Amino acid sequence: MALYSEKVMDHFRNPRNVGVIEDADGIGEVGNAKCGDIMKMYLKIDNDTVTDVKFETFGCGSAIASSSMATELIKGQPLSEALKLTNKAVAEALDGLPDYKMHCSVLAEEAIKKAIDDYYEKKKNNAQTTSGGQNE
Amino acid sequence: MKIYADNAATTKMSQTAIDAMMPYITDYFGNPSSLYSEGQKAREAIEKARSQIGRCIGAEPWEIIFTSGGSESDNQAILTAARLGEKTGKKHIVSDTIEHHAVLHTLKKLEKNGFDVTYVDAGENGIVNAADIDAAIREDTCLVTVMFANNEIGTIQPVAEIGRICRSRGVLFHTDAVQAAGHLPVNVKELNVDMLSASAHKFRGPKGTGFLYVRKGIKPCVLIEGGAQERGRRAGTENVPGIVAMAAAFEEAASSIDRINPSIIRMRDKIIEGLSEIPHSALNGDRTRRLPGNISFCFEGIEGESLLLLLDDKGISASSGSACTSGSLDPSHALLAIGRVHDVAHGSLRLTIDESIGDEEADYIVASVKSVVEYLRSFSPVWRDLVSGKTDFIL
Repeated sequence: MALYSEKVMDHFRNPRNVGVIEDADGIGEVGNAKCGDIMKMYLKIDNDTVTDVKFETFGCGSAIASSSMATELIKGQPLSEALKLTNKAVAEALDGLPDYKMHCSVLAEEAIKKAIDDYYEKKKNNAQTTSGGQNE
Repeated sequence: MKIYADNAATTKMSQTAIDAMMPYITDYFGNPSSLYSEGQKAREAIEKARSQIGRCIGAEPWEIIFTSGGSESDNQAILTAARLGEKTGKKHIVSDTIEHHAVLHTLKKLEKNGFDVTYVDAGENGIVNAADIDAAIREDTCLVTVMFANNEIGTIQPVAEIGRICRSRGVLFHTDAVQAAGHLPVNVKELNVDMLSASAHKFRGPKGTGFLYVRKGIKPCVLIEGGAQERGRRAGTENVPGIVAMAAAFEEAASSIDRINPSIIRMRDKIIEGLSEIPHSALNGDRTRRLPGNISFCFEGIEGESLLLLLDDKGISASSGSACTSGSLDPSHALLAIGRVHDVAHGSLRLTIDESIGDEEADYIVASVKSVVEYLRSFSPVWRDLVSGKTDFIL
């Protein structure tokens, strides 16, 4: 059996949603270079829906494929759905990952959650700044 | 284009070796310990192989023990010296930081059993300083074990110098010559080596067979107990086809060194030159004191496994010291030992070429690696941070 499924190889060879969103509403970066995997997710959010998503990844084949699949799974989804994304769902959508590569799917889940957290954080800060300005 | 550039992992069997082994699979299948002619033919073949290999490295036939490969040879050599040392209260061993795991893990096991091991630093160029070995030898040192050439970064160690030092200090010297045998001239007498390990599949012989040279007068310890094969030094019915093929492959490889090495070295240097043009890359190991076919690089901002998979798509078989390719969390210990930090060691590439690589193949390799590295960097957050100045380049 090959190391990776056809699906993993497809998403690795032709990763979807690669790149950067310059005016992203939420950005999440997880992992570290010491361990060999870093994922960065950029979200564009409109009406509590993920209207666009892009990623950058430093890592192995399964890290790139997991990032790609995760972006596909949340693109166009309401935030409430995107928040429910699990690493298991990412791995299953890829027709499975080798056991010792499961952490790649965990990183993908964490990167998306971190980006959504970042969005809420920014929104809260914006609201505070706006209301603060009104008070003055 | 299909290019096999992972000869340090294993080599394609030579036709000479295949032809040599076939009769011992088909006709002379007898057990070499049997008295009838099929068995005696097999016995003769083994002894002929022993002489052939001995001749190639300047040893007597019975100084050669047939084993299952490099790892077994390394284990047997180190444990032999350890058992001998134990008897005289000498429980100190000198080695270095870039040895193969077959050596390092055997040493670790001995450390758990009360041995003390000094690991001499291989330095930034991946070459052990013979003077450091000399300085590390103590009254209670029973063994110095330093590899002939490194499997990952290809650096050639000053084996002759270390051999001279060990002989004058009265300490046993073992060298793991798995990567060197059949690729560089090896003569145990000239090198003052007491024990030497080699593996057939690294010089176009079959897998699962190797040999250990043990100088006359040293009593090897027995790892595998059983029958009296190999004069009681290694039990088990001999791998006759494997041994015959190993000897044929070794003779062929050893006699081809002078003829093929100049062109392999030329192609190696051409590829090194080409890959050096990639910004923020670095050659691992000494520029000249390295195996003829070894090219080892680190590229900043990318990870090795994805590099290998994309090179495979382009028909190039290579290897990497990244953690992901090893199945462990840490990248290659040899890369870390020569000072490559984790971030950079993950982006390593090892190409080990043979004489089948010509100018066209070398150009293709360089162009392919360049384009894959550039592509992977194009969506690497690590590379973005480096380029934007958020983090500092290491290479």
